[in-house]
Amino acid sequence: MIYREAGDFKTTYAADAQTFPIKLDRWGYFVILAVAVLVVPFFITDYMANAILVPFLIYAIAAIGLNILTGYCGQVSLGTGGFMAVGAYACYKLMTSFPDVSIVIHILLAGLVTAAVGVLFGLPSLRIKGFYLAVATLAAQFFLVWLFNKVPWFYNYSASGQISAPERTVLGVAVTGPSTDAWATYMICLVFTIVLALMARNLTRGSVGRRWMAIRDMDIAAEIIGVNPLKAKLTAFAVSSFYIGVAGALFFSVYLGAVEVGEVFGIQKSFLVLFMIIIGGLGSIFGAFAGAAFLVVLPVVLKVIGSDWLGWPTDLVAHFNLVIVGALIMAFLIFEPHGLAQLWRLLKEKLRLWPFPH
Amino acid sequence: MPDQLLFAMEVTLNGLMAGVLYSLVALGFVLIFKASGIFNYAQGVMALFAALTLVGIMEGQVPFAHLINSVFGTDIHHFGWHVPALAAIVLTMVLMIAFAWAVNRFVLRHLVNQEPIILFMATIGLAYFLEGVGDLMWGSDIKTLNVGLPQGLNETIDRVTYEAFGYGFFIDNLDIVATVIAVVLVAGLVLFSQYTKQGRALRAVADDHQAALSVGISLNYIWVLTWSIAGFVALVAGIMWGAKSGVQFSLSLIALKALPVLMLGGFTSIPGAIVGGLIIGVGEKLFEFLIGVHIGGATENWFAYVLALLFLVFRPQGLFGEKIIERV
Repeated sequence: MIYREAGDFKTTYAADAQTFPIKLDRWGYFVILAVAVLVVPFFITDYMANAILVPFLIYAIAAIGLNILTGYCGQVSLGTGGFMAVGAYACYKLMTSFPDVSIVIHILLAGLVTAAVGVLFGLPSLRIKGFYLAVATLAAQFFLVWLFNKVPWFYNYSASGQISAPERTVLGVAVTGPSTDAWATYMICLVFTIVLALMARNLTRGSVGRRWMAIRDMDIAAEIIGVNPLKAKLTAFAVSSFYIGVAGALFFSVYLGAVEVGEVFGIQKSFLVLFMIIIGGLGSIFGAFAGAAFLVVLPVVLKVIGSDWLGWPTDLVAHFNLVIVGALIMAFLIFEPHGLAQLWRLLKEKLRLWPFPH
Repeated sequence: MPDQLLFAMEVTLNGLMAGVLYSLVALGFVLIFKASGIFNYAQGVMALFAALTLVGIMEGQVPFAHLINSVFGTDIHHFGWHVPALAAIVLTMVLMIAFAWAVNRFVLRHLVNQEPIILFMATIGLAYFLEGVGDLMWGSDIKTLNVGLPQGLNETIDRVTYEAFGYGFFIDNLDIVATVIAVVLVAGLVLFSQYTKQGRALRAVADDHQAALSVGISLNYIWVLTWSIAGFVALVAGIMWGAKSGVQFSLSLIALKALPVLMLGGFTSIPGAIVGGLIIGVGEKLFEFLIGVHIGGATENWFAYVLALLFLVFRPQGLFGEKIIERV
């Protein structure tokens, strides 16, 4: 009764084209934003930031990026971990080479570098499709991780082979390095997430996004109606890699602080982000958030239940985690291939008609 | 002959042997792909699971011992008996067939007519699931697998090559056994698919699902059959790799080794899997030997992929794959 469009008349084109056409959605969105920006930073604890909120925000960016490529443009990529590593290492090199420039600019530049690398590895997508492409993106994954491991220039010849973020400030507040506050790391990730999510939302419903979707649905048909597959695929690779690169840069500089490439950006990371968009929903920005939240929170919950309540050893809980994630992936693909986002959509459809479904 | 050339020959031979093992894993992929159009990412984990189960049965481990101990506070781990290798292999095979049935019953049957990429992602989920189950059942510690295969330097080859070239080649006995087994396996599979009723049904399904259905072939039966055969191939691969480097998580990564083999050889071709495996095996060993050492080593991780990628740009269907014809 409350959740409805009736009486919600639109008199301008702007109103017609807005992201949240229903009033309740719009208000809900503003309330969530307000809580995230104005309330959470004052109550955030180190544990909450490190275990849940910061990884959630960063994975959400990566998941949006992969969703653009896989969900909107239909090109399955298993190279996410490698591209995140590009973002992280680009950010590191920039941070150490130009210490006076703001970290925000470095992170954005790291995204651009990743976009360039993404386009390079996206070139084969013009010739190969489907699994062949998915496997080809693994080439990026393995090659990039190897490169960052073996070429000392990337980690500034440090003895351990690790990269660690020096302290940098934004508006006088430290956001990277060892002496950061939980709220500062949270806020910088939040700002990036909000801006990038808005950008993605508007890109995907504009002409660029419609071209991507045309390619996804049937590339030959798209070509016939005048979509340039070269441009569409490469822009998808570029934009997607930009997001993933920014996520990688944040993951390294703000979240972890120190990174060993094989461990952090290995193939497991690629699968994790892929799982996020499967569970969340392919081709949906909301889905990227839902999936990221789900897969960030799930291990934490399992750990609390398994280790803290039942007192099981941690390796057992980790194995259960694998079983549950695997089973969930299969269950989602069987019962709801469009993921949590589709469940949300169905719920909204039901709500619109409630309580008079006929 | 100059030393360098002799080394290169030895590396090539070892590469061929490694290539045979890659082919063995790739074979499992091709079988399932041909019969059901599913690209089974879980093949590597199946090999790991089969090897884990084999070791577990041979050693008389109690399944889920870790879990049971944690829940009930007991302290059990072994039944205290040892099962002979052959019996354990048969038991493992029974389990793999049960697994094949379960996968069809609970996963694939519900995904008929979905896009191939959805099926692919489902098998990634399956891989995670099976890996977790394997760890829960048998524990995640590194195990040694010994089913009585010969191992170590082959002295005959060492001696003969020493007499011929003045330099003894190092060839592992296990690699030779693996090669022989792989050849037998491939010959067996070819005979099976050419000359038996089931094999013919298998090829019919691979050719056209609907046509096969309409002449009365049961798709369910054929799929269980292919997954069982793939389970068998996984078991053989698991035994070979497990005997070579211990049964541990990294065993499942051989699936990642097999992927470029498939891309090179084409997903639908059994000879392709073999030739692709050999090319990749030799290629990566030679590349590591000639160039890899100068640029930091450990190039084996990515060389195969980059080779396959470059190759695909020029021939998207692989060496022996069916020509891709696209219709709107």
